[in-house]
Amino acid sequence: MSLDIHTQQLYQQVILDHNRTPHNFRRLDDFTHHSEGYNPLCGDHIEIFMQVLAEQTIEKISFTGQSCAICKASASMMSVLLQGRATGEAKNKMQLFQKLLQGENMTKDALGKLFVFATIWRYPARVKCAALPWHTMRGALEACSLVSTERGN
Amino acid sequence: MTTTLANIRREFPLLARTVRSKPLAYLDNAATTLAPRAVQERVQSYFSSCTANIHRGVHYLSEEATRQFEATRRKVQKFINAADPAEIVFTSGTTQSINLVAHSFGQQFLQAGDEVIITEMEHHSNIVPWQLVCAAHGCKLKYIPLTTSGALDLDELPQLCTPRTKLLAVVYVSNALGTLNPLPQIIAQAHRCNVRVLVDAAQAVSRLPIDVQQLDCDFLAFSGHKMFAPTGVGVLYGKKELLDVMPPPYTGGGMIAEVTLAKSTFLPSPERFEAGTPNIAGVLGLDTAIDFITSLDRQELQHQEDELLHSATAALQAIEGLRIVGTAEPRLGVVSFVVANVHPHDLGTLLDHEGIAIRTGHHCTQPLMRFFGIPATARASFTIYNTPQEVERLAAAVRKAIRFFT
Ligand SMILES: Cc1ncc(COP(=O)(O)O)c(C=O)c1O
Repeated sequence: MSLDIHTQQLYQQVILDHNRTPHNFRRLDDFTHHSEGYNPLCGDHIEIFMQVLAEQTIEKISFTGQSCAICKASASMMSVLLQGRATGEAKNKMQLFQKLLQGENMTKDALGKLFVFATIWRYPARVKCAALPWHTMRGALEACSLVSTERGN
Repeated sequence: MTTTLANIRREFPLLARTVRSKPLAYLDNAATTLAPRAVQERVQSYFSSCTANIHRGVHYLSEEATRQFEATRRKVQKFINAADPAEIVFTSGTTQSINLVAHSFGQQFLQAGDEVIITEMEHHSNIVPWQLVCAAHGCKLKYIPLTTSGALDLDELPQLCTPRTKLLAVVYVSNALGTLNPLPQIIAQAHRCNVRVLVDAAQAVSRLPIDVQQLDCDFLAFSGHKMFAPTGVGVLYGKKELLDVMPPPYTGGGMIAEVTLAKSTFLPSPERFEAGTPNIAGVLGLDTAIDFITSLDRQELQHQEDELLHSATAALQAIEGLRIVGTAEPRLGVVSFVVANVHPHDLGTLLDHEGIAIRTGHHCTQPLMRFFGIPATARASFTIYNTPQEVERLAAAVRKAIRFFT
């Protein structure tokens, strides 16, 4: 199958793999934090569940929902990256990831596998898809029950 | 003009361009249509040979621009067979036309306890204005429900119309599903209960001949850019007896009879509703778009478009894991679908990489998406210049996308 260069660049193999078999793609029954993320423009809709212990470590993190491959892979990789980390660290990683999405240079190991998103700034319509799980994660930590890419009131 | 496909395509220069090194297949005509050369030249001519404000100058250019502008009003009148040119109001598009009626009809006719009926199939532009107006006047907003195939459940309509119902607003052809609604039946039922009817004809206007007197609708709204004219121009048709008693939603220049320091009196329709300098170039472009449409053999083209939709539906339906959303017949120009395990956004991106432009998302019809329990669909929409080859490319690209993601 001949693949367009843009298709290859946007949908790298790691992203396709995480889309097909996402990690932590389930509901947590014993969650302490939860939020729902929504991108009304393209219809991405995900929920993030976290179990955060008293000492502010993310013991478990999972997600569910209907979303595009970019969003799902981002959520899957995020869940792997954040499991077992302190909540403050999660917020730091989010800041790094946002810089990556904006096309800022950074070292490959700062975000592990999420580095595959380093080219996504070239596809502005998809940046929000990759960012949605992270905004939702932060929403959960800050007890905000609904996060939308298009802020409304 | 002959209506062979090749001749029509030649009129649309943009069709010749490539996208991502592939020939463009433009299948997003429900969002906006391309403009033929003649329309582009007409818009240009306003700037190159006849720029002037209208209805105010005594100089030559102003009179010329005014004459062309008012000639367009009469052309629109004829195009939809309105009884009087004063029933044609130029707006910026369907959205503004509907908002104008919601605001102005609401102010004149809606009282606390009254009711407005719309449907669960509407574009947001025919939902949100009614929500706000009903909230402002203490009215109740009721919805005609849907059947699972994506038609209006009109069995419910007689019960929905009560003595307190003042207006019913309904889409002629659904932009998300393509469903053609049986307007004669709906309008007759509404009028039996003294309910006024607004028709959102945004999708219908390029696909069906419209006769407002035969339909007997009270208001009808459409946009230029969905009928080969520029963006930023549209039409509100309203029965004169209604427009003449409705207050102006905006005020300013060009719409007053007299202004004194104490108070102002307003001109009748249409000027009353056209405060400020309008989109003159856009209106002239609309004029030429109407000439373009009426020069074609519309019946023949409708037949071609139906064939195209039919073959697209068949080709897509044959793909395993693909589901057509909205199967109610008749449908015009639009096919919406979802694919198991491939999100519409990803599908749209892969098709884009093949040079195929479709729309993905909720199509400004979130209540409709919620009804079907889906966040979004992929939508291909056809018009007079689309080809059987483009339909084949669409189906092949969808198959390729499914292989890619599974
Ligand atoms: C059925 C329908 N109604 C209303 C609109 C709004 O039209 P506009 O954006 O031109 O005002 C559209 C356009 O998408 C439509 O398809």
